[in-house]
Amino acid sequence: MITIIDYGAGNLRSVVNAIARLGYQTKITSNADDVLAAKVLILPGVGAAGDTMANLNRLQLTGPINQYISDGKPFLGICVGLQVLFTGTEEGGWHDCLDIIPGKVRRLPDGQKIPHMGWNQVKQVTPHPIFEGIPDETNFYFVHSYYVDPDDKALVAGETEYGITFCSVITHGNLVATQFHPERSGEAGLRIYNNFLKLAMAGKEVI
Amino acid sequence: MLTKRIIPCLDVKGGRVVKGVRYRDLQDAGDPVELAAFYNEQGADEIVFYDITASSDERGIMQEVVERTADQVFIPLTVGGGLRTVEDMRRMLESGADKVSINTAAVQNPHLITEGAERFGSQCIILGMDAKRVPDVSPPRWGVFTHTGTGGGRPTNLDAVEWAVRTVELGAGEIVVNSIDADGTQSGYDIELLHAISTVVTVPVVASGGAGAPEDLYQALVEGKADAVLAASIFHYGTYSIQEVKKYLAAKGIPIRI
Repeated sequence: MITIIDYGAGNLRSVVNAIARLGYQTKITSNADDVLAAKVLILPGVGAAGDTMANLNRLQLTGPINQYISDGKPFLGICVGLQVLFTGTEEGGWHDCLDIIPGKVRRLPDGQKIPHMGWNQVKQVTPHPIFEGIPDETNFYFVHSYYVDPDDKALVAGETEYGITFCSVITHGNLVATQFHPERSGEAGLRIYNNFLKLAMAGKEVI
Repeated sequence: MLTKRIIPCLDVKGGRVVKGVRYRDLQDAGDPVELAAFYNEQGADEIVFYDITASSDERGIMQEVVERTADQVFIPLTVGGGLRTVEDMRRMLESGADKVSINTAAVQNPHLITEGAERFGSQCIILGMDAKRVPDVSPPRWGVFTHTGTGGGRPTNLDAVEWAVRTVELGAGEIVVNSIDADGTQSGYDIELLHAISTVVTVPVVASGGAGAPEDLYQALVEGKADAVLAASIFHYGTYSIQEVKKYLAAKGIPIRI
């Protein structure tokens, strides 16, 4: 069973469908106990990071997500689900986030169309099993106006260029998070889910 | 580098894909879910469903089409046509659409753009614009039309370029620029219109209306400075496959996801 956090903003259907396509069942929840009890946890995201944090706070999920991740259990963050892991975001004025990964969420530089919307390449800067079977510089689907800037560059597993070179994949132990939407990135995106679930389930009974 | 998107557009009426020349003479072009899956296989970068009747009793049919498509197609899906309220948008997004496109309702109630952007994020709210050249003026100008899904459309007092800028200020995350003059003619996009809008807005612009050959898409991207191109007839009737178009564009140096 794969637990997906529902905080009232994101469209979860595409994430659920992608995981169902790989043959796994999902549980959608807004409940703190479910998060703490999860064996595999996914935090999807669309919209603004500040709103997402407000929703997570309202649902009293920030503590449980922090606890879940610090226990070292498998976690996948997507788009805003990546951004809220950071210390804080500049989006709509400074908003504190979960502060699990030290660093800031910054606005993409002017000079090109914002949001960064469409398929762009991910350069695999650190070898990681999340990229298994995926060629370097494969295109994934992005839609965002802000990017993550971790203090510890060693956490950057994938990078993408759009005016600047920004971090598009973070890996840290059992935590994987992507700025792009793997559930909207065709076969390569399904492969990311498959690789994550394989990693998550290594040696464990999760289904 | 961000690639240019190739987007097949499926006009849907009563649960079937149709495409008419200048919105008339509708011909059946197939099942929307099958076509979406087919285009996904071929390498389409997104899919757009446009509900060209969008009467309230057919809204449910469209939702079901979106749901069935989202179950098997893992690329972005936009739905437009007849969406009038934030609640209409929510239903489509929950059915599996990634973005919603509004046109007539945005003209009638511009605040709807802002409401949608605040509720779902700007990236979800696409302004669909139907523009028609004002005859015999220089430099060229274009007027915005509404209700184009049901015949020739109705003129408004809005200037297409000014309206585009305003909708971005209101929160639109992308603009689909459809030329009424070119739509369905397969004689090329209105490049001047695309250029006029793409160079003044800060959000991505999608070219629509008039694609007949791969060169037309190339011109829209290079001369029109569009970020993506929408096409219907050339794909639905198999004149060109998406792969053929993509290979053509890539060979000419356009960044493309093959």
